[in-house]
Amino acid sequence: MNEYKTEPLKSWKKAKELRQKYYEDYQNAHAKGGIRWTGGAWSFDAIPAGLGNDVYNITGEPYGASIAFDKKLSMECLEAAEAKGWARDLCSYMRNYWGSMYLNKYAFGGEYPQPDFCFQDHICCSHAKWYQHVAEYKKIPYFCIDVSVGPYKDLDEDRLMFVVNQMHESIEWLEKVTGRKYQDELLIEAVKNEMRSTSVWAEICYLNMNKPAPLDEKTMYSLYVHGTLAKHNKEIADFYEELRDEVKYRVDNNIAAIPDEKCRLMSDTQPPWGFLKVFRYLEKFGAISVGSLYTFGLIGIWENKPDGTWGPRTTPMQKGENITTRDQALRLLADWNLCKPEWQHFYDPNLKTEMMLQIVKQWKLDGVMLHLNRGCEGLSCGIMENRLGIAEAGVPVMTFEGNMGDEREFDEKRTVTRIDSFMETLGYDMQEETAKTA
Amino acid sequence: MITAGIDMGAKYVKVVILQDGTVKGKAIVLMGFDPLEAASACMKEAAEKAGIDPGTIDHITATGAGRKAAPNANSDITDVGAAAKGMVHVKEGVHTVIDVGAEEGRAIKIDAEGKVIDFAVNEKCAAGAGAFAESMSRALEVSLEEFGKLSLQSDKSIPMNAQCAVFAESEVVSLVHAKTPKRDISRAVHDAIASRIVSMVRRVGINNDIALIGGVSHNPGFVDAIQRSLETDLIVPEEPDYVSALGAAIVAGERNK
Ligand code: SF4
Repeated sequence: MNEYKTEPLKSWKKAKELRQKYYEDYQNAHAKGGIRWTGGAWSFDAIPAGLGNDVYNITGEPYGASIAFDKKLSMECLEAAEAKGWARDLCSYMRNYWGSMYLNKYAFGGEYPQPDFCFQDHICCSHAKWYQHVAEYKKIPYFCIDVSVGPYKDLDEDRLMFVVNQMHESIEWLEKVTGRKYQDELLIEAVKNEMRSTSVWAEICYLNMNKPAPLDEKTMYSLYVHGTLAKHNKEIADFYEELRDEVKYRVDNNIAAIPDEKCRLMSDTQPPWGFLKVFRYLEKFGAISVGSLYTFGLIGIWENKPDGTWGPRTTPMQKGENITTRDQALRLLADWNLCKPEWQHFYDPNLKTEMMLQIVKQWKLDGVMLHLNRGCEGLSCGIMENRLGIAEAGVPVMTFEGNMGDEREFDEKRTVTRIDSFMETLGYDMQEETAKTA
Repeated sequence: MITAGIDMGAKYVKVVILQDGTVKGKAIVLMGFDPLEAASACMKEAAEKAGIDPGTIDHITATGAGRKAAPNANSDITDVGAAAKGMVHVKEGVHTVIDVGAEEGRAIKIDAEGKVIDFAVNEKCAAGAGAFAESMSRALEVSLEEFGKLSLQSDKSIPMNAQCAVFAESEVVSLVHAKTPKRDISRAVHDAIASRIVSMVRRVGINNDIALIGGVSHNPGFVDAIQRSLETDLIVPEEPDYVSALGAAIVAGERNK
């Protein structure tokens, strides 16, 4: 019997339209005399926003994920990358993206839209190399900010300035390569929007602490993506506020993501995008994945609250701070990004284990599913140490192997069997479902 | 009450029939290309041995990779759950079960009642399972039986670095070309498989007593290699390949109540 009422998310339509518009705006930018740039979802997209209101970007990871979701196109792209001699163990988002570029095929129809420049930062090894290759292949300018200053807990003035100085340089570079005059007020606006988007996204994830959870992880993937596309964009910050209000309404009215929530889980890292149905499979056990460090912390910006819990980071605007200068905006932007949860474990896997255990405790989870993701050397780094740390803390944990963007590496049947075993160990089974086959 | 457990493994199907908690009949049949036919044949043979009509079985629980396809099954249980349940029935006091079949190896940490606390399964590569041992024995041109025995004759450790079966085979070929005695190559291969299994066991934690089940436990070279690596003796039940089918039959009894 269903314990909770469910209803479709009202914001869904808007989420879809915004995403479609994002890819179309990028595609049509040149026709309107605008600028197109490409870089990663982790790049400081608020900075190029200072070039004007007609500047559009495409972020590589969500674009690679969109390709992965279309298995036929993905195979074409991966094979095109392999035909150029790239190894299959490189980042699969990168290989999907490169394939689309080599084939001159845009995943949303038409030709691959030629970017005017690449603007990136360098946290995992693939990030910088990805766009270095795009820049060489497409013969376009390239700028990369080195953000390897260690974990946020060790941040000091020197480390912060290492990043801020590069940001200042990048603005001079942007003026030079585009011939445009940089507008600080647009930068300040974009920085404020980014802080709003990412803090509100954390608030949305925070609301998922409620039982029953108002959102499941599969749905969250379709929503968090906006923050990976253009977190600096006003439309996206506004959309997240609307979404936050709707999720709050769901919490207040006990509207659940799944009708019979019994078991609460989280996953990590990126999922195998072509097989999101594994999250639906959990529902057969009355289990829900309420998120992951990845869904919460790639876009969401968090802080430790005085009571020791994790909550959305208070924005400078909420603190009454007035941002008036370029330098002030850049310092705040650097500081804001350097505390991103998903950046911390590049320096020490224990930091990730601690954050995951914090989520387990605060979101009252029964177990953790770790995706040993062969497609991402960045976020998979140290994942077996995370497993060990989680198990040692007495939290049930399972692993499954796959690849976020290369379906050839994902074994659906074995993964489902692995989930069955894990659910059985947690005390849930599907015995009533077994058909008597004569 | 008559219950049966059917283990639809990657290579063999196994059936155990229990009557009021006592094993009445069992059978093992090669899976071949028609799992349904193999399963029916195996059930028929086990029922004949038990002296019963298969139609009188009150509850059948299936396990193994092909458990969803088991004919006439009333319920199913995962390989991990069945192995744990079966092993505590065979021997009390076991806290870690190592189960190595043709395609998969797993390490399972259990409590005294056979409840699974944690488990680890080998990932996509079959380098830690029986099929790998078979392919290596083929590369050495010896029977699987001889392969295991040969290994026991060697006291030389030759490290094999390859993580995957294909590369391991090329290492074996290099050793053959270097005129390394077959017994030493055989031991090197068994040590390599064991190291993969042992790393899984370490993942769930080494917790005595440790039992080894599954088809691979018939191979003395493999048993020896794991024991040396774990520096402890293993409990190998008399009929290691029936443990999961037995576990499933016990679960069938619990579910029929
Ligand atoms: S973090 Fe992972 S997905 Fe992102 S660029 Fe690096 S390898 Fe690719």
